[in-house]
Amino acid sequence: MKPRQKRIALIAGGLASIALAAVLTLNALDSNIALYVTPTEVLAGKAPQGKAFRIGGLVKEGSVKRQDMTVRFIITDTAKDIPVAYTGILPDLFRDGKGAVVQGRLGGDGVFAATEVLAKHDENYMPPEAQHAVDQARKGNAK
Amino acid sequence: MGDHGGIEDCIRVSQSIVQWFRFASPQSFYPLAGRMVPWFWAAAAIFGIAGLWMSFFVAPTDAQQGEGYRIIFVHVPASWMSMFIYLVMAFWAGLGLALNTRVSSMMAQALAPTGALMAALSLWTGALWGKPMWGAWWVWDARLTSELILFFLYLGFMALQAAIDDPRRADKAGAILALVGVVNIPIIYFSVKWWNTLHQGSSVNLAKSSMATTMLWGMLLMALAFWMYSIAVALMRVRAIILERERHTEWVKHAVA
Repeated sequence: MKPRQKRIALIAGGLASIALAAVLTLNALDSNIALYVTPTEVLAGKAPQGKAFRIGGLVKEGSVKRQDMTVRFIITDTAKDIPVAYTGILPDLFRDGKGAVVQGRLGGDGVFAATEVLAKHDENYMPPEAQHAVDQARKGNAK
Repeated sequence: MGDHGGIEDCIRVSQSIVQWFRFASPQSFYPLAGRMVPWFWAAAAIFGIAGLWMSFFVAPTDAQQGEGYRIIFVHVPASWMSMFIYLVMAFWAGLGLALNTRVSSMMAQALAPTGALMAALSLWTGALWGKPMWGAWWVWDARLTSELILFFLYLGFMALQAAIDDPRRADKAGAILALVGVVNIPIIYFSVKWWNTLHQGSSVNLAKSSMATTMLWGMLLMALAFWMYSIAVALMRVRAIILERERHTEWVKHAVA
């Protein structure tokens, strides 16, 4: 082999082994990279015990209740529900039926005491008229 | 007969390769880059004006986020550029490492600061956008963290190159770092698919987009403006690097005099 070919082979081999190492590392870290767990995973006992963690899901429609500065709502992945209590200011995009990520601890009574609430929005961008049309169509389908 | 055509094709291809290799010498690339710079600046200005006009006056208000979503017109093009420039930089650095072509390594060196700027811009506009919409400047989710790593890779590449006095050795060390860092690019891009992240999924891919048409056009025009700007700046910077590194040669003395 010419030195140049040798060098190219060495570089290609090096890159391949780095890629393999990265894949294996990411696979091993899989559950640690996730920012949050779903309500189903929490109720299946997969949530970390005795320390703070995050739950992600949708704010169940019609479940938001305010009492002084405390907000109570239910976070759901449509299969399982977890009640959440939070005292503080909610982000602008926190809405009924929309995505949210809550950080806190699960109390003995099954209520998740949140210390932070983040709103998760989707990747759709459209003008209000289009959104209105989508909502109307969805309502029509539901009936 | 067929063989004959094949040989002629080979000759033609090798001739055109020879012509391309001519630009691999700093002496002939320097004036070529100089001639291209004004065109890319002009294109950047045209696309930038058209893109900003689309983004501010034509694209409608978003149903969920109101006017706040308009930061997307800077955030997404900057993020795309930060990833793409890294791939181009690693390509040139790798080519320089494999073939010992000096201009390729200089091109990689010239791209790094612009890439770092784009990564910083992406993180910064992302933070400004995250606070009002999500409720947090920063979360350690996979998308945000991997983009931060990309920013550090750029800084590391620049620092490593600057730390080694012999430019050829600096090129080699930088190239290895740049190539290793390439694994991070697919991680950034697919992070929103592979893991639960606060960052939403991609709005645009080759198959479809989930944006209103005028919003999408504004974003694409801005992306083109960012492309043109990046090319113009990288070419200007590579010219400066060529002069600096070739300062002992006759042609540079003539060019500068």
